Amino acid sequence: MPAPYYVSPEQIMQEKEDFARKGIEKAKEVIVLEYRDGILMVAENPLATVFKISEIYDRIALAATGLYPDYEALRYAGIQGAEIKGFTFNREDVTARWLANQYSQQIGGIYRQSDAKPLEVELLLCEIREDSSSSNRIYHLSFDGTFWEDNEYTVIGGRADEISGILENEYSGGLDLNGAVRLAARTFETIEAEVDEAERYQVTAETIEAAVLDETRNRRKFKRLLPDELSEILSA
Amino acid sequence: MVFSGSDHRTSDFLELLQRERPELLSKFGTGAFGITSLPDSPAVSADFRSFRYAELKGQHVPATSLMDLYDNLLEGTTILAVVYNEGIIIAGDRQATAGFQVGERRIRKVYEVDTYSAIAIAGVAGPAMEMAKLFQVQVEFYEKIEGSQLSLEGKANSLSNMVKSNLPMAMQGLVVVPIFAGYDLKRKEGKIFKYDAIGGQYEESEYYATGSGGKDAQATLKKLYSSDMSRDGALQIVAEALWDAADEDVATGGPDFIREIFPTIKIIDSTGISDIPDSEVKELYTELLDRLRN
Repeated sequence: MPAPYYVSPEQIMQEKEDFARKGIEKAKEVIVLEYRDGILMVAENPLATVFKISEIYDRIALAATGLYPDYEALRYAGIQGAEIKGFTFNREDVTARWLANQYSQQIGGIYRQSDAKPLEVELLLCEIREDSSSSNRIYHLSFDGTFWEDNEYTVIGGRADEISGILENEYSGGLDLNGAVRLAARTFETIEAEVDEAERYQVTAETIEAAVLDETRNRRKFKRLLPDELSEILSA
Repeated sequence: MVFSGSDHRTSDFLELLQRERPELLSKFGTGAFGITSLPDSPAVSADFRSFRYAELKGQHVPATSLMDLYDNLLEGTTILAVVYNEGIIIAGDRQATAGFQVGERRIRKVYEVDTYSAIAIAGVAGPAMEMAKLFQVQVEFYEKIEGSQLSLEGKANSLSNMVKSNLPMAMQGLVVVPIFAGYDLKRKEGKIFKYDAIGGQYEESEYYATGSGGKDAQATLKKLYSSDMSRDGALQIVAEALWDAADEDVATGGPDFIREIFPTIKIIDSTGISDIPDSEVKELYTELLDRLRN
């Protein structure tokens, strides 16, 4: 019987990382911006039925990119875990910090399993502040389960670094909702123009998906911006 | 699936709890306290009134009998719903009663379920409030997982299943009777769903009241209701019906001007659900009392 090939742990992990990165490189981006009343999430997504942004719990939303079945499973698990925890204890005991740790354990666990494919996902778990004395939280989760906190603006997806570079110059605090939506749209247009200069790319209500966590709302802070609302903001 | 052992995916929260955390639901379905019938004891009759009678006559009653426990349970009383020309109003008094005592003056019996529907509860307060909470999560869970809302009738049917699963508890006297009211976006009208103790579901097209003062409230609504009522007209008859219920039924609380406690009234129309603020309810009752005095 031939001996099995020896593959070093370094090589195994390197190959997993390459695999996951390759998957995410192809992914469309999601921009998350803090604005005056909360957190705005905008994704380039021409599909009207498959969402990249969704409501998890009262103050928590998830923006995801990568392979749809992978992040959809995580989205479902997040809602399920949050609802069970909130029902068992109290709604305010469900926090993004807790959820980020759950995701981290899950994604990291799958990443380290010898016989499993790494999840090809990048997530932003957003939580709007409870009141003016606390601050918004944006947890940035990577395909290997590591996570860190971002603030003001952040991007996930293939060209995240390039888009962050644009936002670094363009972003300013205290934007209102319209300003924030237009900034995100403009940023997508700029990055697309760099790729294909021949034809001017224009962001419309049909090419993007947008939602907010708005602190002026009641218990459920999440709200999807409907195509009509988006058109109005973009055409102004 | 992530965060749990199972790979099965569902948009039914009740099913999820039954699978993942059945201990949280032990009260629904298995019967309270793990018993299925009342204990057989000479002093403790299954009939609440004869038990009371035995106690009043000074006969020996076991101190920690089940009936004592029943005697100390809080019970909710009058709830109602009225359809008006732009939607629906759902309301309830604020008192919970334990035996012959006021158990709680500020309890809430009307809960928002989602943007277009609300539930009101009568019966034993503990399980009733738990059912309302579970129902709210059930509806919201579906909406988040599926990315769309359940139809109004879909929500009503799901509540019927919850009342049905309470049957073993209802057999022991721990009855929960909800009213479900909502605005049907497809048909552009308000709708009332009423339930009996075993989960039977019936639709009412105009008005309905239940609970211990339900009959009195219903009588008032019957006299004053007319089809195509305006918002203000409907609010007036809601206030008057709750007043009559409190007037006739000792277990129903009226407006309390000393403690500033007023019935809960919620209104649902095509723009969604909103609370009638206490100040407006107070105004309604001030006007009603003026009218009654003259």
